[in-house]
Amino acid sequence: MRRLAGGLVVAAALAAGGALAAQTAIPEIPFEANADLLKTPPDVFLGEVGGVGANSKGQIFVYTRTGHPYATLGDNRTFARNGSRLFEFDRTGRFVRELGQDVYGFNAAIGLRVDAQDNVWTIDAAASQIVKFDPQGRVALVLGRKPEAIAVRTAPPAAGGGGRGGGGTPGAGTPGSSFSRPADVAWDAAGNIYVADGLGTNNRVAKFDKDGRFIRHWGSTGSGRGEFNGVKAIAVDAQGKVYVADAGNKRVQVFDPDGAFLAEFGNIGTPRAMCLTRGVTPYLYIAHAGDDDGMEDAAIYKVRLDGTPVGRFGTAGKMPKQFGLANSIDCRSEDELLVGEMTNWRVQRITLKR
Amino acid sequence: MKRAGSGFAALVILIALAGGAWPASGRLAAQTKATATNVPVIPHEAVPNFFKNPPGIYTGENMGIATNSKGAIYIYHRANETRLFEYSPLGVFVREIGRGNYGFAFAHSVRVDAEDNIWAVDEGTDMLIKFSPAGKVLMTIGRREDPVAMLSNMPGAGAFHGRNANYRFGRETDVAFDQQGNIFVSDGYFDARVVKYDRTGRFVKAVGTRGAGNLQFNTPHSIATDFQGNVYVGDRGNARVQVLDNDLNWKASYTTVGNPWAVCVSGGPGPKNPGKQYLYVSNSWPDSAPAAAAEFTGEVYKMELDGTIIGKFGRAGKAPGEFATIHQMDCRNPDVIYTAEINDWRAQKILLKAGAR
Repeated sequence: MRRLAGGLVVAAALAAGGALAAQTAIPEIPFEANADLLKTPPDVFLGEVGGVGANSKGQIFVYTRTGHPYATLGDNRTFARNGSRLFEFDRTGRFVRELGQDVYGFNAAIGLRVDAQDNVWTIDAAASQIVKFDPQGRVALVLGRKPEAIAVRTAPPAAGGGGRGGGGTPGAGTPGSSFSRPADVAWDAAGNIYVADGLGTNNRVAKFDKDGRFIRHWGSTGSGRGEFNGVKAIAVDAQGKVYVADAGNKRVQVFDPDGAFLAEFGNIGTPRAMCLTRGVTPYLYIAHAGDDDGMEDAAIYKVRLDGTPVGRFGTAGKMPKQFGLANSIDCRSEDELLVGEMTNWRVQRITLKR
Repeated sequence: MKRAGSGFAALVILIALAGGAWPASGRLAAQTKATATNVPVIPHEAVPNFFKNPPGIYTGENMGIATNSKGAIYIYHRANETRLFEYSPLGVFVREIGRGNYGFAFAHSVRVDAEDNIWAVDEGTDMLIKFSPAGKVLMTIGRREDPVAMLSNMPGAGAFHGRNANYRFGRETDVAFDQQGNIFVSDGYFDARVVKYDRTGRFVKAVGTRGAGNLQFNTPHSIATDFQGNVYVGDRGNARVQVLDNDLNWKASYTTVGNPWAVCVSGGPGPKNPGKQYLYVSNSWPDSAPAAAAEFTGEVYKMELDGTIIGKFGRAGKAPGEFATIHQMDCRNPDVIYTAEINDWRAQKILLKAGAR
């Protein structure tokens, strides 16, 4: 509710302020959308789509919220379970299978990425965990630990959020993988792992090597350089530069691989999802939603890596070609995107025209 | 695991009780006796054991019931999970729709629109879920509260908030559609308003605050439209039906038929001639089935759209033809009333007969 109020203020400010004029200067990219792409069996439903991604064969993976977690009762640990599921579809949208049935930490889907080796990584905001599934569907790596117990109307949320952590300074986080509502993951060419951490009490980027060993982290709560207000999405380019969607500050910050600040750019609204293309000339797609319901003000921007806008497409709403809180973008193909939405419970395949 | 979930809800309620803090907002003033007098009684009978479930299939508290243009019947109910069942026109279980989808938590009502799409109204998730006749999700309105925030702040039973957000509800209760496909939502326990959306789900307008004046509501609990686009709101806590025009301006209040838990306008949705339309209003037996209130509640009124009472039928009780807390009615055919009832976990098919007396 507090977030809602904030979102409305943002929307009102956008409607009234000069940001609107800046947006209209950006050309509209013509596009088509298939809003009926994914076909599920009669007893399988997509809920809010936390994340969508495709692998090198075009297979599509969706991590979605299918209910609220249930709390156990009567033990001396009240912990949450259930709430989200991971589905695989073929490139035509036909349902193939479910992965990760009954795993320990599928509670509140917030993101999904597929890496260069076709591993599927799920990001969960309630378990505060990132799970790597290999192409065979086996669990290959787990980052972060699900809280052993949840408070029932007694304690405020624990700083640090994950596992036995929780001792971290708010806004900085504990060195390691004590995430607080992590939101996204990315990799550099060497396989190092970068975690956007996140939407909770940490405001940092955490870096691990390819085996999950903690290397470093950077960031704290604020609006200055290297400070964040909601780390929602992250991407790494071929040179190893790290692009961080700083949603609350309505900007993208760029860092070198060790976390040194390089640049920042705005004019992309409130960034809630981001994808970096892999072509010769890479671009960033950035999904903006100015209100928390995704019904008033939304678009996806295409920008160069220096932040120069190329164009934008889409509006807010529930119809095809509109977006209801786009939360995830797959841009393996520069002109054929997959966009997962929270409030519209769907994935659209977007075909951009040049 | 599902039982653990509902058990947990019970725990929260216990906590609330221990603190002496039963949320007043979710509770209503005691059911009142209808003030209409000398109302003719319409003879009626219940079709015995009309709804037939296969072994292993049960309905829980029957919260919502609706028919489509082909006579199929939908029941939205609270069993161990909240579930939506489809029955044939003969009352035989056909299939389940939407099991385990993100929007199902605590059933409140179900309606069918002019294209036979099925709209589930869920007060647990604050959502409307629109299914195609084949059971595919076509649209949602409202949003389930983010579970992550809830992990450290279990809301328990909640309380009235009057948030009045364009795309969020506060335990909304029911939905109706006009001839143009506009969507009207009665919202609800934690808001006190009527909300209008266009057919694409875009917010148009909302009216209402908490209170007892015109265009004020105390738990708007049920909603229906007529062929002209007028909107009938069961203003349950205020013991009246408020009638609004299509732009949600106040037109009238019908104040003599008790607390309207369920309202229904005959004729069905959609751009067709509905025939002469009637308004049905249930002055339902309260949901805890108190013996005292059984003496003066439970009956259903049949009215002209202008509020003139034609007659009444039924009374509180659990025998066939009595009503064990009607929560929703379907009246597509004005002489065949389907009831969804909380107590006795049942639905009934009621045949109205000529000769009110």
